[in-house]
Amino acid sequence: MPSEAAVVTYREAIRLALDDAMAADGSVVLLGEDIAKAGGPFKTTAGLYEKYGAGRVFDTPIAENGFCGIALGMALTGLRPVVEIMFSDFLPTAFDAIAMEIPRWRFMSGGQLSAPVTVRASGGAGGRFGAQTSSTAESWFLQFVGLQVAVAGSPQGAYDLLSVAIASNNPTVVFDHKALHNTKGELLRRGVESMSPPGKAAVVRSGGDVTVVASLQMLRRALEAASALEDSEGISAEVIDIRWLRPLDFETVSKSVAKTGRLVVVEEQYHDGGWGASLISRLTTEGFAWGSPPIAVSMPELLISHSPPLEDFMIPSVERITSAVRAAAG
Amino acid sequence: MVGAEGRVASAIAPGPDVLVSWLEKMIEIRLAEDKVMEIYMQGLVPGTVHLCQGMEGTSVGACGALTPDDWVVCTYRGHHHALSRGVDLVGFFAEIMGRENGVCGGMGGSSHIVDRSLGMLGSPAIIGAGIPVATGAGLSAKLRGEQRVAVGFFGDGACNIGTFHEALNMAQLWRSQVVFVVENNQYGEYTPYRDSTALADGGNIADRAGAYGMASAVVDGQDARAVYEAVSLARARALAGEGPTLIEAQTYRYRGHSRTDPGAYRPPGELDAWKQRDPIGILGDFLITEGALAASGLETMWERTQVAVDEAADVAAEGGWPTIQQAEGFVYAE
Repeated sequence: MPSEAAVVTYREAIRLALDDAMAADGSVVLLGEDIAKAGGPFKTTAGLYEKYGAGRVFDTPIAENGFCGIALGMALTGLRPVVEIMFSDFLPTAFDAIAMEIPRWRFMSGGQLSAPVTVRASGGAGGRFGAQTSSTAESWFLQFVGLQVAVAGSPQGAYDLLSVAIASNNPTVVFDHKALHNTKGELLRRGVESMSPPGKAAVVRSGGDVTVVASLQMLRRALEAASALEDSEGISAEVIDIRWLRPLDFETVSKSVAKTGRLVVVEEQYHDGGWGASLISRLTTEGFAWGSPPIAVSMPELLISHSPPLEDFMIPSVERITSAVRAAAG
Repeated sequence: MVGAEGRVASAIAPGPDVLVSWLEKMIEIRLAEDKVMEIYMQGLVPGTVHLCQGMEGTSVGACGALTPDDWVVCTYRGHHHALSRGVDLVGFFAEIMGRENGVCGGMGGSSHIVDRSLGMLGSPAIIGAGIPVATGAGLSAKLRGEQRVAVGFFGDGACNIGTFHEALNMAQLWRSQVVFVVENNQYGEYTPYRDSTALADGGNIADRAGAYGMASAVVDGQDARAVYEAVSLARARALAGEGPTLIEAQTYRYRGHSRTDPGAYRPPGELDAWKQRDPIGILGDFLITEGALAASGLETMWERTQVAVDEAADVAAEGGWPTIQQAEGFVYAE
């Protein structure tokens, strides 16, 4: 493993996390549609079948609930399966396995069983894919205690979160965003022992006026908005990459908001029932004294169309984020 | 048993001592289930229970073909699987009563009795959910080159849900070291299985294996020896890399679906007809005819098992309630 950081794509960071985990631990196996011989629909597993063989990389039939259940059986018996769900929108077909089985078997057995399954899913809009292949799905599993949920906003985030999830003895869903696959950033490949444990957000830009919390593709847009506001209007936004939706890093956000008094959550999802609503709710119910009311920049309650102007209308833009941060600061 | 290639084979028959121990186990299951009903009526059992009187032959025969290293995934109607694998009676009753001395610390209850040390991997309440899990365990064994199999028990009602078909497809595709045992107890909840399951006229659930090129067998689930033979052969096939087998054990539950169901939908005379083919009666008669057991020995067996069951339930009831701290510790692993 190289000891220095290199600039890689987000897609490559995912692939390297899988490669490094498989090299380090022979019990890590991959399952998913077209992930073996074809290298994955998004090429996040390219070369792994050739490197590790048919006993570790499985091309599954299109049967998500079935192969997620198979992953559970593997995890209960000493393997660390990583399942790829091609589009986050396909997760509901495997809802029973991911939500009702995998996170509950340990509890129901009184702690006798462990289910270290990692489910990876690529989601999000921007590809003009329409109503059934554009969701981030990031908050869909927040009612399922027992399941860790991570969201990758950068190449380093994608690498770290996936590595930590695979090493964890608890089940995790790790979301990535299709529109980020070709974006680049610095990546330092390293062992999980030097990474933050599940539940740690990252302050990716320091600032004193407004706290902006974002996930996935929204992190880049939030950073872009923060940079523009600093340059043109002198508004200093602190940007947090939330990274984990369960455990939710209330502490990092709370510490930032204690400094700024103002919060903007930016999410490529509907606000109701999502992590942004949870953050605002927790801060408010714990008696936080807001400098100005918190603002949620999220999707309107409409469905995503493949038609470009309609899709663009749905997804929080840099302009919408900029206005929200300006309003919060004012 | 007929394999996918039309091959017929036979298993090594268990000796008389083994068969006597099976008989005693079946009696234990029968009396434990009756006891569960008794303590339920005394208010000692929260929730509901799904009893298995009449189905003892399937679990005892199937588990008789397994080694301690083999794995079992069962269902919410799983008391007989748990006891067949050797779950301790005190831990069994305490679990059903929701006490901290239960085998799952009181977290599972009647539906989810598992003991990991006995190779039990889970007992889901969701129909069909365990079928892929058994498949995955069987693959795990195969990938490591281990001489063990996973057995997935499920009911006739699970054969119409997606996971049944998805798991059978992948199990056969990847030659998982798994054995599927359908306990066809004739009813999916309150509905006769033929009213919910599309089969050829006179066809069986096991026929569905053919769609996946999988070996299959139909056995008399009331005859523990027949179940044993089918599972033994299926186990050997799986370990030889020849793939899984779908075994349909035809059986019957004497009670309704759950505690509140009197089973009024069953035609008159049906229950009595099945009781003529009681699994304990069948094996007991066989052993007496063979001279392996005296009638008086059988009587003693019932008596001492009743004492053991009663004592275990009494001890179990002395357990305390699990605490919130204990429950919190069971959600996440270290």
